[in-house]
Amino acid sequence: MAKRRIVSTTINGRSVEFLCQPRQTLLEVLRDTLGLTGAKEGCANGNCGACTVLLDGRPVDSCLVLGVEVEGASLQTIEGVAPVDGLDSIQQAFLENAALQCGICTPGFIMSCKSLLTENPQPTEHDVRFYLAGNLCRCTGYDKIVRAVLDAAQKRCATAAR
Amino acid sequence: MATVEKDSSSLRKSGNGKPYQVIGTRPIRHDGVDKVTGRAKYGADVTLTGLLHGVVLRSPHAHARIKSIDVSRAAALAGVRAVITHKDLCEPGDRIVELGEGAVNLRHLSNNILAADKVFYRGHAVVAVAADSVHLAEEAAALIKVDYEILPAVLDVEAAMQPDAPLLHDDLLTDELGKTALKPSNIAKHFRFEKGDTAQGFAQAKVVVEREFRTATVHQGYIEPHNATALWSADGHITVWTSTQGSFTVRHQVAELVGVPISHVKVIPMEIGGGFGGKIRVYLEPVAAMLSKRTGQPVKVLMSRADVFEGTGPTPGSYIRVKMGAGADGKITAAEAWMAYEAGGYPGSPIGAGAMCIFACYDIPNGKIDGYDVVVNKPQTSAYRAPGATNAAFALETVVDEICERLKIDPLEFRLKNAVREGSRRIDGPVYPRIGMVETVEAVQRTEHWKTPLTGKHRGRGVASGFWFNCGLKSSASATVNADGTVSLVEGSTDIGGSRTGIAMQLAETLGIAATDVVPTVGDTDSVGYTDVTGGSRVTFATGYAAYEAALDIQRQMVDRAARIWEVDMSKVAYQDGGVSGPGGKRFSFKELADQVNKTGEPIVGRGAVDPQGCGGAFATHVVDVEVDPETGKVDILRYTAAQDVGTAIHPSYVEGQIQGGTAQGIGWGLNEEYYYDAQGTMRNSTFLDYRIPTCLDLPMIDALIVEVPNPGHPYGVRGVGEVPIVPPPAALANAIYRAVGVRMHQLPMSPPRVLHEILRKAAK
Repeated sequence: MAKRRIVSTTINGRSVEFLCQPRQTLLEVLRDTLGLTGAKEGCANGNCGACTVLLDGRPVDSCLVLGVEVEGASLQTIEGVAPVDGLDSIQQAFLENAALQCGICTPGFIMSCKSLLTENPQPTEHDVRFYLAGNLCRCTGYDKIVRAVLDAAQKRCATAAR
Repeated sequence: MATVEKDSSSLRKSGNGKPYQVIGTRPIRHDGVDKVTGRAKYGADVTLTGLLHGVVLRSPHAHARIKSIDVSRAAALAGVRAVITHKDLCEPGDRIVELGEGAVNLRHLSNNILAADKVFYRGHAVVAVAADSVHLAEEAAALIKVDYEILPAVLDVEAAMQPDAPLLHDDLLTDELGKTALKPSNIAKHFRFEKGDTAQGFAQAKVVVEREFRTATVHQGYIEPHNATALWSADGHITVWTSTQGSFTVRHQVAELVGVPISHVKVIPMEIGGGFGGKIRVYLEPVAAMLSKRTGQPVKVLMSRADVFEGTGPTPGSYIRVKMGAGADGKITAAEAWMAYEAGGYPGSPIGAGAMCIFACYDIPNGKIDGYDVVVNKPQTSAYRAPGATNAAFALETVVDEICERLKIDPLEFRLKNAVREGSRRIDGPVYPRIGMVETVEAVQRTEHWKTPLTGKHRGRGVASGFWFNCGLKSSASATVNADGTVSLVEGSTDIGGSRTGIAMQLAETLGIAATDVVPTVGDTDSVGYTDVTGGSRVTFATGYAAYEAALDIQRQMVDRAARIWEVDMSKVAYQDGGVSGPGGKRFSFKELADQVNKTGEPIVGRGAVDPQGCGGAFATHVVDVEVDPETGKVDILRYTAAQDVGTAIHPSYVEGQIQGGTAQGIGWGLNEEYYYDAQGTMRNSTFLDYRIPTCLDLPMIDALIVEVPNPGHPYGVRGVGEVPIVPPPAALANAIYRAVGVRMHQLPMSPPRVLHEILRKAAK
């Protein structure tokens, strides 16, 4: 067993140091070492997107990143999305549009959606479907998820215009 | 494209004729914030002091005899705490246990979670290891030597039924129409349903169509893999944390398989990341319990995605032959079906349900159905959303479409002519109560979608209908009135899709309070009354019924309390309009009286425990427009409308969600999904990359058309909603493909290579 290493990183705005073996994935470190269980393991090979986090602002499947790779990086997980006094507009839109059933894929969708709306604040339905195709949901048929994302985009733009 | 909803406000009336206050509204679900912030705890999120990690070693062979197992090197590895095999489970005997949506033989269940002397499919669990970390456990599992005698495998239902097929079980004697056969075979059971005289019926027909169909094995595909954490305490009591569709069925199965009374097992249901029928039978829970017993520590066992595909129950592949005749007037005169379903390694496919469902949408005077349950070297099948019905509907509804074409009858008109109604008798016997098959067809006829002609090359529109029984079963709830005017509701149904809110809304409606004033919790097996599984589309119906009963119980106690406070006779006091009224204009709102409860006497706790018999069957009619690429065979869905009789929609958003989600699964089943095996019986696509469930780029918006024909068997008219939407899609797609490119598809999935093959074959003719 290779020796564990100290990794220094920033997670949800806080400096974090953790110990990990070179073979441990970022997902494993987040969930088992740091207790950030909002990122979910659905497949462990980058196919389902349930473990999506933002690594230096870009969405990644944390099951495909090794823990040791995030040295010096800045991470955002689902636990860091909501402001202190409520919910992010995307989270609110998911609730209002009933865009979740079992909820296991929801954190991953919200992280991908955050990245989408940063890159493209006013996406079309097709833009949404194309961008989120790496996140699998088996419950909803995606209809209400797509509507929630379009709703969040619209409300964000309306807020920004004010 | 907007989600359409029928304006059914006229139906939305409570018993006293007043419009509903809560039912039919769309409050934010009670568990919503936890689920969008990542705080909700699912089974894999459980952690405990001293937690060990378990790994299950699985068979690399589809069919083999276990000659010996050598665990010595694994057990000697530092950090390995226990290694167990089948011998460590108790022998429960050949008993059948009812699990809510399907019965299970306990000996088979025990052999399925850790194989005894034989493995029946690749992925069959053989040995389990507990170690300090999951990586150590994996290393240990790799050191275990299992010596197998490899046997010939049989992977297909038709091959398995041949007289010279390799036998899975040498003690499996066919139940042949109620008689036990003398020689073993792979056919566990053959049964028949009959009504009228089919020979006479076919003789009266103007058109008779007979076709055969094959469907592939498909998986429920929930995103959360199975998981279990168990702690076997020194006092002999076991606590299990797991993601399950039924905590009480897990309690029952664990108790039987590890040999303790049910009261010694407490199951704490964690949030569950999808089930669709696949999380009823146990796989890991008894294994985690035994590993915990050996180590004295809590043990967590998780499946990988490949484990889920290869080691848990998919829904069966099948072979179905359908023959149907109709007169020149478009009335069906006779129908026959011959259906064989793969059960997997042990008997118990959903062939019974499939056979009851196949003709269930149509009033057929003469019918005959033969059903066969057949073992093959694949994982033991589990329930999957309307188990057995989708295979059947694909076959039947494709034949119906061909009859419509031959008779030049509009497919919706044909359905209206032949639809079952109140009083129609199904071929297997039951007579329908008030049902909404006709209403779903009429609803589709009224849609903009149906009224708008489809134009363009290689485009086609298909229609199909579907049926699912729904079920009632047992549910419990208790509800405590809080001093601030809210109610804490504890109910026993694990919540996969927002059901705790649908249940809370029925309690709120009955008490005349807001949905947000109910705080619902899913209880563990020690804190709520017995409740059957979340399956059979029963939760909003039956557990909602229990919440309604609990609310009536609260009403009675509040009337009694007000009478005591006012010092009047109870008969002078009535519960109405969200409060209690007494003589002389005396009145307590719910909140006012709630505040008085603990100041004036005992607490008020309502109880509901039900076993309702009046679950209403569910019918759906779908219409889909597709465009087929003739160069590649790829099918794109342009537009989809799904109409369904839901009885009464308690929370319309989550009703639409069930319809949309079930439809999407049916589309995946129809177009892409299949277990792809090599000749040795190895599944070659056990990842989500290669077993391709629909992504959001594959689907359009799905118009869920809510039709409300209230179920007389429920106080608010609820019917089950969850299952029937998966039934029509493959057939609707097949019929649309035919209208688009002129080829009839007789095999699922209708993946690009298969569709292209049919297109090329037709061109070559």
